[in-house]
Amino acid sequence: MVEAIAFYVFGGLSVLTALLVIFQRDPVRSAIYLVACFIQVAALFVLLRSPFLAAVQVFVYVGAVVVLFLFVIMVLELKKERFSEYIHRGQRPWALFIIPALIGEVGYLAVKGKSKASLGPYSEEFLVKQGSTESLGKVLFTKYIFPFEVVSLLLLVALMGAIILTMKRGKE
Amino acid sequence: MLDLFMTIFFMIIKVIGITLILLLLPVPLTWLERKVAGHIQQRLGPMRVGWHGLLQPIADGIKLLTKEDNIPIYADKTLFKLAPIISLIPPFLVFVAVPFGEDVTLFGRKTGLYISDMNIGLLYIFAVAGLEVYGVILGGWASNSKYALLGGLRCCAQLISYEIPLGFSVMGVIMLTGSMSLLDIVEAQSQIWNVVYQPIGFFVFLVAGIAEAQRIPFDLAEAEGDLGSGYHTEYSGMRFAFFMLTEYIVMLTVSVLIVLLFFGGWNGPFLPPIVWFILKVGFFVYLFMWFRFTFPRYRYDQLMSIGWKVLLPLSLANILITGIFLA
Repeated sequence: MVEAIAFYVFGGLSVLTALLVIFQRDPVRSAIYLVACFIQVAALFVLLRSPFLAAVQVFVYVGAVVVLFLFVIMVLELKKERFSEYIHRGQRPWALFIIPALIGEVGYLAVKGKSKASLGPYSEEFLVKQGSTESLGKVLFTKYIFPFEVVSLLLLVALMGAIILTMKRGKE
Repeated sequence: MLDLFMTIFFMIIKVIGITLILLLLPVPLTWLERKVAGHIQQRLGPMRVGWHGLLQPIADGIKLLTKEDNIPIYADKTLFKLAPIISLIPPFLVFVAVPFGEDVTLFGRKTGLYISDMNIGLLYIFAVAGLEVYGVILGGWASNSKYALLGGLRCCAQLISYEIPLGFSVMGVIMLTGSMSLLDIVEAQSQIWNVVYQPIGFFVFLVAGIAEAQRIPFDLAEAEGDLGSGYHTEYSGMRFAFFMLTEYIVMLTVSVLIVLLFFGGWNGPFLPPIVWFILKVGFFVYLFMWFRFTFPRYRYDQLMSIGWKVLLPLSLANILITGIFLA
């Protein structure tokens, strides 16, 4: 009961703040609402018995990614965005057609779709154990070692790409 | 039912207790810092208000309270007012996961001297401590002044850069203990302190910790010579006091973490645990003040190259060496 209330509060707030992100004209305020949204999502992870993911969410997204967003916004001195700048010619009719179609599809899948995760006989202890850092680490380095390494390689490539991009700019 | 009630009651008492301690401790600390400064520079420091200037922090507090609360005309008013509060929240959140001692018996009930012993303790602490950047960067931006903006950006880059070696330097401790809970980490040091096994980790943590607390030699954000006073140039009165308060609490947090991670926490012979804990933390707080009046400030490029080219490789090497010895 308490958990259901907590879920609806955090879920509702995360949707609300996510909407505020896109309805703000001021990019700095948008970034702040994004932080609020990420913190709500972290709270949802805690409700799902996965404190590790919650901490990582706060660590990576709130502590690093949005800070870099803010950094860029402030250095580039982005002014309040004007909506018309971002709408290209001939975009509107397509958007009017595609957006309702996408929303309709999501709604249909949510109501009729078969992609529901099995609820299973998960007990409280099982969930807590499964969400602990220890079991997560063990699973990552045994069962899922291959995808894990692939992801780290991808990140390494992205890192090198970023360094090379800045180096070229330095030479000019 | 009574049990649940008592648990909640104890929790509230602990939360209020820790909040009060954290809010009030900076008061004597400012006095101590000025005294240390005075004696290092062969003068007396504050002497006029009370015995040896003991009431000086209270006089300062009254002064700050009665000062005009000035908000620049072109400032972003909401964010300007919000920034000091945002900067004050993370240091308090950190102490949710920080233990001060083992279980004690109060009114016939066992209760721990900590708010929560989390499975992800250390990770939580670093995640929450990382939020401190927001107060700085928003304060600097909302002021709409060049000094404040530059100070905010500098400080933000510094905090992000030093967070990485700070996080890596404790990896060795986590590997030795096999747990991220601070209670387990302290318990594992009941015989030998971690600093014996992890001298490099301790060194990196100390240096990165000073940088995170933005104290000399790494207080680039408020280099008064070239930046006015950094991100809080435009702040006055109580809002300014909030930023100062944050700075002292962060210094305290770094000292507490050093003691818990590398110096055995409350473990020690003869004296009761809490006394050992206070003595050790006090020593590191004093060390920070000592540094402040001993070292000159680094240049900004030096700061960045120390962070990325010295501390980061050192902390990575430390993880590697610890791994070799553990394997």
